[in-house]
Amino acid sequence: MKKKQNTASINRRSFLKRSWLWLGVIAGVELTAITFSMFSPGKRTKAANSYTSVKTAGYVGNIKPGSVSPHRNGQFYLVRMNDGGFLAVSLTCTHLGCSVGFDAGKKQFICPCHSSVFSIGGDVLSPPAPRALDIYRVFIEQGQVKVDTDRKIRRKKFSKADLVYA
Amino acid sequence: MDQTGTVGKKKVRARNLILHVHPPKVRKTSIRFTLTFGLGGMAAILFILQVFTGILLRFSYVPSPNEAYDSILSITNTLLFGSLVKNVHHWSGIFFVLVTFLHLLRTFYTGAFYWERRWNWVIGICLMVIVMFSNFTGYLLPWDQLAYWAVTVSTSMLYYIPGIGESLTGLVRGGEEVGGNTLLIFYNFHTAILPLSIVLLMAFHFWRVRKNKGVVVSKDADETLVPADPDLVLKELVVALCLIAFVLLISIFFDAPLQERANPAYSPNPAKAPWYFMGIQELLLHFHPFFAAVLIPVLFLFGMFLLPFLKFKEQHEGIWFFNQKGRKLALIAAITAIVIVPAGILINEYFLDFEGWMKNIPPVISNGLIPFIIIGVILTAYFLFIKNRYKPDKSEFILFMFSFMMAGYAVLTFVGIWFRGPGMVLMWP
Ligand code: HEM
Ligand code: HEM
Ligand code: FES
Repeated sequence: MKKKQNTASINRRSFLKRSWLWLGVIAGVELTAITFSMFSPGKRTKAANSYTSVKTAGYVGNIKPGSVSPHRNGQFYLVRMNDGGFLAVSLTCTHLGCSVGFDAGKKQFICPCHSSVFSIGGDVLSPPAPRALDIYRVFIEQGQVKVDTDRKIRRKKFSKADLVYA
Repeated sequence: MDQTGTVGKKKVRARNLILHVHPPKVRKTSIRFTLTFGLGGMAAILFILQVFTGILLRFSYVPSPNEAYDSILSITNTLLFGSLVKNVHHWSGIFFVLVTFLHLLRTFYTGAFYWERRWNWVIGICLMVIVMFSNFTGYLLPWDQLAYWAVTVSTSMLYYIPGIGESLTGLVRGGEEVGGNTLLIFYNFHTAILPLSIVLLMAFHFWRVRKNKGVVVSKDADETLVPADPDLVLKELVVALCLIAFVLLISIFFDAPLQERANPAYSPNPAKAPWYFMGIQELLLHFHPFFAAVLIPVLFLFGMFLLPFLKFKEQHEGIWFFNQKGRKLALIAAITAIVIVPAGILINEYFLDFEGWMKNIPPVISNGLIPFIIIGVILTAYFLFIKNRYKPDKSEFILFMFSFMMAGYAVLTFVGIWFRGPGMVLMWP
């Protein structure tokens, strides 16, 4: 082990050392980024499902005012209010994501997991759910009610403006 | 004991292996069964059982939503001893969480978290969390209704973390809902990342025990040394064999439950969390999720990590419950919790409706902050009362609060498991 070294080689050496360090840091960052992108294989499913995202819920004339019908593979209930307005209410409880059931007698959605209760408009009647059930966009095409299940619309409370009329 | 000359080569090798874990001689007081109850060793054995059976299961299990359930059925119905292997994995998975938790209690109550043992406490907390997540990620794999909805509910809790909640939930699930990506992610964590982390942390954990010259003993304990082999090793063998026999026995007579195939459109009633999250589930029935599932657990975990770094003037090492006063305080805490928690549940269930009374205030305040503050004030007053009445030192006071919280969580868990029926209404079991 020699203690004496000339300054030039120290500089070169420390430069090389520093370069290694930085290369190491860059490699580390890259590795982390790649790892995280591998962790989230999320996009695939969405692309695969998108072609089925618009569901047909039936002819306007066949759906009675004041009725609620489940469309479980589309993950929503089609609600027709007494005044004829349509609403597609998501099945997914806003508390922690269970599927709410419909109690036809009481005309309420009831969640089996922590017993939140919702009105047919989706408003919270009994907590713990913190906000109204999400809805999907409804549109009427050639006399048929269609629901775009691609995107959930979040809301705090039910409002008249959520309803779609034929 | 043996003279080197007379010991066979095999025996020397075995002894060398043992000496990797144990020192040649240990203090007689430190190997009393009633000091540790062998819980750390049991946890290690259960982990080995999990790795062994888990790898066997991996040969038949297929981690995809279309095939997972059928692969489980074929494991239990067509594979020779398949259902035994699956049952052992199920039961020792449960015992692993239980035993690790009891080991945590034992290290706390024998004062094994002070000074030089603090890193083992910290590693231990990490292990506890990883063991729970090992069980949780495994829970999804059978892809039945129980698995699907327990994981849906539990991952939804992440949603309430302010700011990052929504993207974090998406990251953990690999999409908006629990589906194929979730299964793949959980499978990889369950069979690679988490077991590997346990191996690494366990190695560190064991090394620390040895660095600390063995487990905690009281300061005035007798200093007699005995050879680790056979005195300690024999005890360990007995514990290991009894444990394995017990797991096998349970696995022969009780099958791991399997419900119908997962159906994302239909939640079973009631849909419950895994049992070790049942206490949090019970909190969720009473508080806004931000408080029940985020703030309270995070504060608790933070406190656990902080514990060994507090400054203690006194050290109560190696004696269960520290001393006479500690024993009394633990008892008072447990009894209070056992009375107060069910009372609180009943009162909230039948009399209180903060959200209904304060309709115009966001639920995170009416159903979260306000009850949280009320409970906080009551508990603080109670703790201060105890402090004035019994004048505990710092460790004893912490022991009191710790016991209160542990007993409280245990009560919540019992209520969640046995007293919640369809629609989560209170009922007799
Ligand atoms: C670290 C401790 C571990 C715990 C606590 C644990 C827990 C669990 C649990 C609770 C299940 C659900 C099974 C049921 O309840 O019926 C499960 C399933 C499974 N585990 Fe583990 N496990 C662990 C380690 C491992 C390891 C190391 C592997 C493989 C390398 C593994 C592979 C599997 C497989 C393939 C399944 C699906 C088959 C089945 O459900 O029986 N596990 N695990
Ligand atoms: C996979 C889980 C774990 C395994 C396999 C394990 C294993 C062990 C073993 C074999 C010992 C030696 C003494 C004994 O058997 O009690 C030990 C000591 C210890 N463990 Fe763990 N442990 C685990 C989790 C934990 C947890 C959750 C904690 C608590 C936070 C913890 C904290 C400690 C401490 C503080 C000691 C030192 C005890 C002393 O010096 O008396 N460990 N562990
Ligand atoms: S998930 Fe619906 S009430 Fe909790």
